[in-house]
Amino acid sequence: MFFLFWMSKISNMKKTASFLLIAVAALSISFTACKSKPKDADIKTAVEKILAADEMSKGTTVAVDKGVVTITGECKDDMCKQHCGQMVTDAKIKGVKEVVNNCSVAPKVEVTADDSLTKAVNDAIKSFSGVTASVKDGIVSLGGSIKKADLQKLMMALNALKPKKVDTAGLTKN
Amino acid sequence: MTLAEKYKELTDTAGAAGVANLQIREQDGVMYIDGETTGPVKQQLWDIYGKVDPDYAGGDMVLNINSIAGVAEGTSLTVTTNRTNLNIRKGPGTDQDIVGKAARGEVVTLVKKENDQWWYVKTADGEEGYCYTQYLTPVN
Repeated sequence: MFFLFWMSKISNMKKTASFLLIAVAALSISFTACKSKPKDADIKTAVEKILAADEMSKGTTVAVDKGVVTITGECKDDMCKQHCGQMVTDAKIKGVKEVVNNCSVAPKVEVTADDSLTKAVNDAIKSFSGVTASVKDGIVSLGGSIKKADLQKLMMALNALKPKKVDTAGLTKN
Repeated sequence: MTLAEKYKELTDTAGAAGVANLQIREQDGVMYIDGETTGPVKQQLWDIYGKVDPDYAGGDMVLNINSIAGVAEGTSLTVTTNRTNLNIRKGPGTDQDIVGKAARGEVVTLVKKENDQWWYVKTADGEEGYCYTQYLTPVN
């Protein structure tokens, strides 16, 4: 603009200058008008790109309808869910009217309390003579020895008791 | 290798076999698979687990596949102990008094499920009490 103004001053052609100014203004308006709204498909691509680059947001899917972004999928916890929704909101992608976070959070694994678990483990190992077990913080640690053929049956019984895990490192299998 | 990769055959098979209420979760380096299915499918899944992780040495899997969830009260159950008789107890626990015994191969009736480990059963002679479910197999 300044350049045009300067040009007009130099050439001293006031009329031409104002014509040019109008022309430039008109052009810029028409450019804005021509610029179409971002399409849903473009928004989807942009959102997917953001989520794909994020380790925590793995396994999510994106749908866009008239600028409304809906994220679905399973997150491992609440923090993860919040994080993936926030990332999309923070990206301020053009054309996004709303971000709907429909991610579900997998319920936490339920581990039996040590008291009940100890009792149940002792019941379970009773018929496997030679096997010992201790329970701490939900972890069942096995000791002693067992016939290889009986191991599966013992593990089936222990895994049904909702332990945090079963440690067989101390158990001799023969 | 991630746990998901290690146990892919197991989770794929569980999914394909139509295990009910199937839940596959990972927490603190352990994979937890929960679900309900039939005895043969449970056996198949455990065989895969034993193949992928020989002697179940990894300590990175809790495979809780229940094949007895669908068994209704009144169902006939065969006593499937290895050799011995099955103890019938006053309460649900091996610390409870023995009130009777059921022989291997004997058929008893399910009266009430206390939990997945202990069922209240009745023998043909009218003995009643709690038995450990691991040694009871539904008569088909």
